[in-house]
Amino acid sequence: MRREVPLLIVFLFGLFMIVQYFIPHAKFAFWYQEFNNWTIIIGIFTMIVGIGSLLSVHYSKIRFRQEGWGYSLVTIVALFGMAIVGLLGGTEGDLFLKLYRFGLSPVTATMFSLLAFFIASAAYRAFRARNVISTLLLAAAVVVMLGRVPIGEILGGWLPRWLQLPNIADFLLNVPNVAAKRAIYIGVGLGVAAVSLKIILGIERTWLGGDGGKR
Amino acid sequence: MDRVKFLIPTFILFIIAISCVPAAAADIVADSAIAILPPNVSDVIVSDKPNDPGGTLVVEWILPDSAALAAMPIKGVNIYLSGNHDGPFELITSLPKSALHYECSDLQDGESYYFKVTATANGLESDGITSAAGIPSGQWFNTERLPILIVVILFSITAITFIIKARGGYDFYVRPIAGIKAVDEAIGRATEMGRPILYVPGLGSAADVATIAAFTILARVAKKVVEYNTRVIVPNYDPVVMAICQEVVKEAYASAGKPELYDPKDVYFITQDQFPYTAAVNGVMLREKPATNFYMGMFYAESLVLAETGFVSGSIQIAGTDQLVQIPFFVSVCDFVLMGEELYAASAYLSREPQQLGTLKAQDLGKVTVVILIIIGVILSTIGMSGFANWFNVG
Repeated sequence: MRREVPLLIVFLFGLFMIVQYFIPHAKFAFWYQEFNNWTIIIGIFTMIVGIGSLLSVHYSKIRFRQEGWGYSLVTIVALFGMAIVGLLGGTEGDLFLKLYRFGLSPVTATMFSLLAFFIASAAYRAFRARNVISTLLLAAAVVVMLGRVPIGEILGGWLPRWLQLPNIADFLLNVPNVAAKRAIYIGVGLGVAAVSLKIILGIERTWLGGDGGKR
Repeated sequence: MDRVKFLIPTFILFIIAISCVPAAAADIVADSAIAILPPNVSDVIVSDKPNDPGGTLVVEWILPDSAALAAMPIKGVNIYLSGNHDGPFELITSLPKSALHYECSDLQDGESYYFKVTATANGLESDGITSAAGIPSGQWFNTERLPILIVVILFSITAITFIIKARGGYDFYVRPIAGIKAVDEAIGRATEMGRPILYVPGLGSAADVATIAAFTILARVAKKVVEYNTRVIVPNYDPVVMAICQEVVKEAYASAGKPELYDPKDVYFITQDQFPYTAAVNGVMLREKPATNFYMGMFYAESLVLAETGFVSGSIQIAGTDQLVQIPFFVSVCDFVLMGEELYAASAYLSREPQQLGTLKAQDLGKVTVVILIIIGVILSTIGMSGFANWFNVG
């Protein structure tokens, strides 16, 4: 029963989700919305489980003075600090907003800003001309980058229109690039359909934990 | 006295005449207003909106002909609604003259509604045309999605046929995928180096197919981890995903007969904020120095930040995602990448179960079919027969 009941629930709800896609009637739309609301409610309750896990991990680090336990202390203080300030003053309260604007936002923005440097280092490695394919990649990247900036227009301005860098860049982006993207999209679409079918039919059961109760 | 007798009626007539002047003037103005009223729209038709949940009617009309519009150009139309043909009508919206239809929603299914459409110009309004009754209703089948239904049915039949065939003992050939073959080697490397394995299930929820595929690969990784007696760390973005990952890893330990070795603190929740999560995972990489990093599931802007940090910390990296935009980042930094459908196919490759391989073959057949349909569509569209291609353009 521990396996059969979840499998039956998944089968029924999976079937409903397929059927409702083809039935626009308000009765089906209502139940579709209801089920989505249930998902949100369950998700909110699982946050309690998540916070429990977070506290458990960091509490044990502090307790046993593991390496970096100070960071764990900061995490727990920040978690409860923000929660208490939010509960007492509301999420529109002055202190809460200050903590958010001058504490969390700059830290998040800093992490995001690091991406620029990581892109530079990743591009350096990706664009090394090691073989024919990577040389092609390098050439395409140079053309697309130059074709996207004003100097690209100047560089090839004397060439016939179809040989000018912006036009070649557009061609590379709109023809081979889109063709490859669509090929992946088609594969992903079929893959999603196949996995969904396997889950609904109970062939794919890993989500139940372990090997899904296969004997 | 005679003069007085004459003057009195004259005065009365004068008063009457004066009092009649405004009315007469008003009549003259009214007559001229009737003459310059905007021309009416015609053919006001009300119909139920097709393929909708109900409660919506579509009103369509035709503007006056060009001759009438040349005589008096109209500015727009007013739409009135009533439950009776004879009114009273309530103004529900005013539209510019370029609008030729209007969708009226939030109506009661099964009730009759009448619409009056008037033309407006220079602050004046035509008499308007009242439509026949329209009755809104919800549909029980979206006809625009018929092609999808046919494809779903055909695909399901194909997949089930292959599954039955596989159960019957038919041996399918499946193309090897380097990223999946590398999974076992990467776990072996971690064991040799005595360092843990980091498994990042991405930012997706448990409802995302990519995350479900990530569970499958985690099950395999966890099984090998128990076998080689090493350690797997799974930091999570979503608490539901965390609960499932905990269950997957716990089951792997239990099925290997070593439930006491499972540490729930290795599969934990961090936060549901994208970059704080990234920062925390980066911290794990730099502190724990995992020998192997797995990135399986849905990733967004954090993909490169994670993979570059993993590269700097000297880990072997295997990524798998269906997020097209992130694939180039993973390809440039990771050692092996499962692109798009390869991530979904991983469960079939890893389990080698006949019925899983059956669906894989159905996918392959589906791709061949799509390629054939694309070729047919291109040829027919090129010779001007675009109906075939348009049939697949569903709402």
